[in-house]
Amino acid sequence: MIGLQNIGPIFRRELRSYFNSPVAYVVMVVFLVIIGWFFSSNMFLMNVASMRIVFEIVPLIFLFFVPAITMRLLAEEKKSGTLELLTTKPVRDVEIVLGKFFAAWTLLAAALAPTLLYFITLLSLGQIDIGPVVSGYLGLLLMGAVYIAIGIFASSITENQIVAFIVSFLIVLALFLMDKVLMYVPEAFASTLEFLAIDYHFSNIARGVIDTRNIIYFGSLLGFSLLLATVSLERRKW
Amino acid sequence: MSIAVRNLVKHYGTQKAVDDISFDVKTGEILGFLGPNGAGKTTTMKIITCYMPPSSGSVEVDGLDIFEKSLEVRRKIGYLPEMNPLYHDMNVLDYLEYSAQLHGLRGSAANHRIKEMVHVCGLEGVRHKDIGEMSKGYRQRVGLAQAMIHEPDVLILDEPTSGLDPNQIVEIRNLIKQLGRAKTVILSTHILSEVQATCNRVIIINEGKIVADGSPENLQREFHGAETLTLELKTGELDPLGLVAPKLRAIGSVNNVTLLSHRDGTVRFELTIDKGDDVREAIFRLAVTEGWIVLEMHRKATTLEEVFHKLTTT
Repeated sequence: MIGLQNIGPIFRRELRSYFNSPVAYVVMVVFLVIIGWFFSSNMFLMNVASMRIVFEIVPLIFLFFVPAITMRLLAEEKKSGTLELLTTKPVRDVEIVLGKFFAAWTLLAAALAPTLLYFITLLSLGQIDIGPVVSGYLGLLLMGAVYIAIGIFASSITENQIVAFIVSFLIVLALFLMDKVLMYVPEAFASTLEFLAIDYHFSNIARGVIDTRNIIYFGSLLGFSLLLATVSLERRKW
Repeated sequence: MSIAVRNLVKHYGTQKAVDDISFDVKTGEILGFLGPNGAGKTTTMKIITCYMPPSSGSVEVDGLDIFEKSLEVRRKIGYLPEMNPLYHDMNVLDYLEYSAQLHGLRGSAANHRIKEMVHVCGLEGVRHKDIGEMSKGYRQRVGLAQAMIHEPDVLILDEPTSGLDPNQIVEIRNLIKQLGRAKTVILSTHILSEVQATCNRVIIINEGKIVADGSPENLQREFHGAETLTLELKTGELDPLGLVAPKLRAIGSVNNVTLLSHRDGTVRFELTIDKGDDVREAIFRLAVTEGWIVLEMHRKATTLEEVFHKLTTT
């Protein structure tokens, strides 16, 4: 037994706390309204029946959406003092981080789920290549996971939720913009920078090409961010 | 279940919050932690509960080091933090269930403990209420319930009765006393009567150092200076200082006699008496032989308040 049995209770509490407050519903509605607008304007104004627009817009929305759902995860507990209660129970810090991570990830998946309706609509209109859609959703979930882990880290360094939001937004924005500035950097760095950019790996997956390199990139970034969050939570013990 | 604290030091920056504290607590002891605000009570408790590490020194709970066996130590401890933080968006039952689960209690074992805690802490009427909507007294009970949910051997309570009304305070004190028989309890407070009512041992700390350690009675005995006795006599004498006072002064261990008031043969004195001696019987016998009428006689013993004041304001 490695002792991760406390992830369950923490996960369930966090999830309930999301859905007991208006926060989850507000961010989900905003999320769906924005995607819905882009999807339907694309379909009815441009006459393009494609899921591609979803996979182009969602990564941009994630830049705001994920920091908004993760900012309170640890900052709020720090501020109200309940973190003291939690950390003086026989619970490992990594269990706290993982429980909260899975709760936020579930919320993110729940926000994405209604967009499957667009896919169903498209299916009824005609032939559509299912492969890239499946891998596109996989890519969104992986990207969201990395952002959430970063958001939890940002939430662990402060007791101010606004600061947590801004810090995680800046970090994910930097990851997102890395391959957008390639023309301004020396050529020697360009390929390295491109490989570090999250959008580069995401667009590979979204195109339907699931390469081990992309999976390893997301996996290692996710592991590193979760580790960083755990270490930052343990920092009170230094 | 014993707690052994050895040479505990905690710095916050350049400030020393806890300065070389050592003490032991044994099973069945209810230890009251006394001290002015900022004396280091809360810091010491946070260290024992593994929330923050000491700058140096060690703490062992039941022989387990708080660093090496942190999870085991935390399993044995029930903790009510200062200010009693709670999740305000949860209701009482959900919150207690969550606490039970984090202590590894599942299923019927958890349900049994939750039921018992709801009963012991008098939470029946508010079981389904959100914690955020409850009064401070009820919240305090929820805080106590979560601290005791896993039947801990050690209870650490940081100001357990703050914010309660007098009836609730009596209830909580009785609860702590009852629990304290089989467990080790450390509680902090600034209410001195609380210490006298619940604790069988007191540690007074000031500026991070232990300044007194013992039972409340011992501390009172040890730290009181000269005792004073107020005496009101009906003597009929018109010159009490010349005729009455010398006779009182003749009683052994009466050091000083001061006249407080004198009217129509009724006289009030204040007598200073050696530490620990009781002269009331001798005074009564003297009054009988002299034909004086004792209207009032009372002894002013040193209170824990005075002990506390003396030890923490120098």
